[in-house]
Amino acid sequence: MAVLECNGLSKRYGSAVALDGVALKAEPGRLLGLLGPNGSGKTTLIKIACGLLQPSSGTVSIAGKTPGVETKKLVSYLPDRMCLPRHMSAQQLLNMYADFYEDFDEQRAGELLTRLDVRPELRVRQMSKGTQEKVQLVLTMARRAKLYLLDEPIGGVDPATRDFIIDTIMNNYAQDAAVVISTHLISEVERILDDVVFIDRGRIVMAGEADDVRERSGKSVNDLFREVFRC
Amino acid sequence: MEWRIESDAPIYSQLAKQIRIGIVSGEYEPGAKLPSVRDLALAAGVNPNTMQRAMTQLEREGLVFPQRTAGRFVTDDAQLIAQARQTLAREQAEAFLTAMNSLGYRHEEILSLVTAMVEEDGHGST
Repeated sequence: MAVLECNGLSKRYGSAVALDGVALKAEPGRLLGLLGPNGSGKTTLIKIACGLLQPSSGTVSIAGKTPGVETKKLVSYLPDRMCLPRHMSAQQLLNMYADFYEDFDEQRAGELLTRLDVRPELRVRQMSKGTQEKVQLVLTMARRAKLYLLDEPIGGVDPATRDFIIDTIMNNYAQDAAVVISTHLISEVERILDDVVFIDRGRIVMAGEADDVRERSGKSVNDLFREVFRC
Repeated sequence: MEWRIESDAPIYSQLAKQIRIGIVSGEYEPGAKLPSVRDLALAAGVNPNTMQRAMTQLEREGLVFPQRTAGRFVTDDAQLIAQARQTLAREQAEAFLTAMNSLGYRHEEILSLVTAMVEEDGHGST
């Protein structure tokens, strides 16, 4: 069974249409790239899957359940902006996550933070922007979730930080979990994606296995994206 | 092994080719155990599923075989390895000929150039 499945999913904000009949599946053990330009509906789709927004029509299911209290236990979400309280220290964040989430692997998170040279007493506001993003990602990936929804995990950080983030994503999901990464920085994630979905103005314009896409087009996903979304 | 991956061709087939080269060059010896898919994927910076797909292709070709619980091994069929080596060599030679033709070189010119170069290089390699 797909970990995440959407059918005929639409979302309108007043007269603005953010999603228009989206169908999508994320399978266990696979990494799906949700690729689209700014304003294409990526964040709206992820927020609906998290249960933060209600769809105008259509259905979403997470391991067969409608987004709600039960699915929040299964879904680990990385928002597209910093959401950690700035006054808290790394240790306090670990405690808070361990308190909130049954599936949080505190030891794993601690090890990753040590690798990042983040001392337990360091507060969020004392961290650089890159470090804040890495800490937020570590907290997200240290949950033993069934579905990881990562909204722009590599936006606005330097190339070395991107490498850390991509390695951390790759090495921390279980075989029965699915990962959805939304981004427009495709060349950075090109090598690690199993499946790709192109979304444009709320509609899915192309979907398939990344290697099949490369085989059919003779192009990288990145080049194909540029072609499809040429302004 | 130094992994080189281009983005404009299927990644699994590039991985399979590089492991194939590793096998025919003896970097992975006949009958030797291969690193795990996970370790290979980590080293190449690719998704383990993609590395798995490359292994499946090499298994189909018979160059590697899985052994329940013990992992994956390189074939010890010398003939099969020799065949793979020849196929890779032909591919290289074809690419070379195509490139030379596009420079306007004719076959006898190519041959005399290559012969001269091999003679110059004669002391170094066998």
